[in-house]
Amino acid sequence: MDFTLSEEQLMFAETARSLFADSSTPDHWRRMMEADEAIDPARWSSIVETGLTLVLLPEKAGGIGLAETDFALIAQEAGYVVLPEPLVESAGVAAPMLAVLAPDHELLGDPLAAIAIQHPANPYVANADTAAAIILHRDGEAFLATPDQVTLTAQPSIDPFRRLFSVEWSPGNATALGKADWDLAFDRAALFNAAFALGLAQRSVDLAVDYAKERQQFGKPIGSYQAVKHHLASAQVAIEFAKPVVAAAAAEIGARDIQARARVSHAKLVALEAADKAARAAIQVHGAMGYSWEVDVHLFLKRAVALTQTWGTPAQHRARIATRIFTQPMGPDQTFARDAGQKQEA
Amino acid sequence: MDLTYTPEQLAFRAEVRAWLEAHVPQGSLEHFDATREGFEAHREWEKTLKSGDWGMVTWPREYGGRGLDLIQWLIFEEEYYRAGAPGRVNQNGIFLLGPTLIEFGTHEQKQRFLPKMASGEEIWAQAWSEPMAGSDLAGVRATAVREGDDYILNGHKIWSSRAVFADWAFGLFREPGSERHKGMSLIFFPLNAPGVTVNAIKKINGHVGFAEIFLENVRVPAFNRLGEEGQGWHICMATAGFERGLMLRSPARYQVAAKKLAELWTARKETADPTLEADVVRAHMNAEAYALNIYQTASRLMAGAKIGPEASTNKIFWSELDIHLTQTALNILGPQAELTHAAPDANSVDWIDDYIFALAGPIYAGSNEIQRNIIAERMLGLPR
Repeated sequence: MDFTLSEEQLMFAETARSLFADSSTPDHWRRMMEADEAIDPARWSSIVETGLTLVLLPEKAGGIGLAETDFALIAQEAGYVVLPEPLVESAGVAAPMLAVLAPDHELLGDPLAAIAIQHPANPYVANADTAAAIILHRDGEAFLATPDQVTLTAQPSIDPFRRLFSVEWSPGNATALGKADWDLAFDRAALFNAAFALGLAQRSVDLAVDYAKERQQFGKPIGSYQAVKHHLASAQVAIEFAKPVVAAAAAEIGARDIQARARVSHAKLVALEAADKAARAAIQVHGAMGYSWEVDVHLFLKRAVALTQTWGTPAQHRARIATRIFTQPMGPDQTFARDAGQKQEA
Repeated sequence: MDLTYTPEQLAFRAEVRAWLEAHVPQGSLEHFDATREGFEAHREWEKTLKSGDWGMVTWPREYGGRGLDLIQWLIFEEEYYRAGAPGRVNQNGIFLLGPTLIEFGTHEQKQRFLPKMASGEEIWAQAWSEPMAGSDLAGVRATAVREGDDYILNGHKIWSSRAVFADWAFGLFREPGSERHKGMSLIFFPLNAPGVTVNAIKKINGHVGFAEIFLENVRVPAFNRLGEEGQGWHICMATAGFERGLMLRSPARYQVAAKKLAELWTARKETADPTLEADVVRAHMNAEAYALNIYQTASRLMAGAKIGPEASTNKIFWSELDIHLTQTALNILGPQAELTHAAPDANSVDWIDDYIFALAGPIYAGSNEIQRNIIAERMLGLPR
C-alpha cells in the first residue's frame, strides 16, 4: 500500500506544467478567441514533441507505454491552462483505442495527427473538423474516417475552445476496425476529464486568490475578509477531497470491475463539482469583473459546465456508484477491495 | 502508487480481526460521557485492549505501543470500527496528546505518561478553551508562575471534553504579563490535584460530555511542561494538526455509518422518498473520499512529509459529511426520526443521537470558520 507518486511521475508532470505555462497563457487564449480558433498548431507541435501524446500508447505502436496515472497527471496540468487542444480525447482515449484495433495504422506513426472519437455516451464529437481522423461507433463496432469522408454539422458550444459536431456517415465511406472496447474508452475519458477538472478547479481558485490580494475595498484587500476567504477555502476543500479519488481511480482503472468503474465515476463527479464550485467562487470573488468577458475565469466555468455533462452525466455516474454500493460488500475493509465474483468482460 | 495490501498487511488485518472477534464485548457499553459507570466500563475495555497490546499501535514499544506504521494503524482502525468495538474514552490522550508527546517530550516524560495512557490507567481531558478564549485561543488568560521546580497554575478552563471523569488534563497557561501567542506553555495537571474544581456541563443530548475547570494555586512540577517554556502555542498547533489531520476521526467510522445507511435505505426504499438514494450514494462517496485522503496522507507522512495546514480541510470535510450522512438517515426514517431509541429496520443505530453528535463536529477541535481562515491564509496565502 503506497499512495505516493514516484519521482519520475512528478518530473513528467512538472515538464507538462512548464510547457503549458509557457504556451497556454491568457494572451494565447485571447488571440485564439479573437481569431476564432480552437487549435494552435505551434502549441500542439510542442505538446507532441515533448511526448505527451505518446504516454498511453504501447511501445509497439511507437508510444511510451505508461499508465493512466501518468496521463492523468498530464491531463490535470492541461486543465490548469484550460488547454484548448484535444489532448485528453485524442491521446488519452482515441489513439490508445486505435492502437489496440490497428497497431500498425499509419496514423499512429504521424505524431501530429489528432484523432477524434464518436462515443455512444455523447451526442456530439469534439474537434471532429480539425482531426486527422474520427473513430466512429456503430453497434459496438469501430470505424475510422477522415473528416471529409463524413458530414459534419457544427453544434456551437458555450466553450470557445470546444468545437462540437453532429456526424453523419455511412460504413461504406469508412474503414472497419472491428469490435472495440467502448467501456474502456468511456472510463478513460471520464477519468482524464476528472483529472483535467482538478486543474480547472485549482486555476480558478488561484486566479481568485491573486485578485483578492490585489483588489481593495473599504481600504483593505478583499481577500482579508472572511466572507471572501470562506468561498475560496470551501472550493479548496472540494479540490482536496477530489484529488485522492482521481488518483485512486487512475491506479485502479485497469481492474475493470464494479469497484473500479464506481471509483472512476466518483472521480468524475467530485472533480467536476470541484471545478464548478471553484469557478463560481472565482466569478463571485471577482465581482462584476468576474462577469466580464475580459477576465479569464469564465473559460474555466464553461469548460467545467461542458465536461460535467459529457462522458456520462452526473446521474449516469451516480448510478454506477449505486451499483457498487448495492451489489458489492461495503465497509471500512472494502476501500480497496476488488470484485472477486464476476470478472467483467473486456 | 500501489493500492493493494501486502501479504504482511493482510495477515495483520486477520490478526486484528481475530483478536477483536474474541474480545469485543457483546452489546454496547453505556456511553462514557453518560455516567461514571459508563466511563469506567470503557476504562476496563482500554485495559483489555492493552492486554492484547492494542492500546496505541503506532507508538514505540518502549512507550507502550506496538511500533507499527500508519497504514497498519489504518487497518487496525478499520477492523476496530468494523467490529463495533467501544469508543476510545482516552482519545484526547492517545490521539491528540500522545503524538505530540512523542514529538516534543523528553524520554523521561514519554516513559512517565505514554504507557499509562496506552493502558487506560490514566485517562486524559483537554483544557484549552477559556470563557474568553474559544476560537481566539491565543486569548488564554490562565497563568503558570514558576516557583522553584514547580509551576503554580491559576485560571478558568471550559468545554473540556471528558474532564468530568478523567484523571489528567493538558492545557495552555501563560507567563503573567505575556500576550497573545508568546509566553504560553503546555502543562499537564491531575484533575484531582488540590485547587482543581471540575463542574460538569450538560450537552444538548443531556450527557455530561464536557466541563469547566477552575484552577486555584494548583502546584505541579515543571516536569509536567511539554517542550520549552513559552513554546506552548507552537506545540498546541502541532497537536491540533494531529487532531484535525489524521487521528481524531477515523475514516472507518464513516464507512461503517455509510454502510448502515445503505442498509437502512435498502430496508425502507419501497416507502421512502426515492430522491434520497442520491444522498445515500453521496454519503458513501464522502466516506470513501475521506478514507482515500487519509491513506494518501498516511503514505505522505511515511515518506517523510509533515502535517500542514491542509489538516484543516479534513476537519471541515468529516464534520460536514457526518451531518449529511446522519441527516439522510433521519430523512429516510421520516416520522420515526425523532424517536430516542433505534427505529425498526435501523440496525440498532440510534440515528438521532448520531445526528445530534454530528452537529458538534463543526464546532469542536477548532470551529469550521477558523479552519476556513487557516486554509485561506496558510494554504492559499490570503492576507490576514
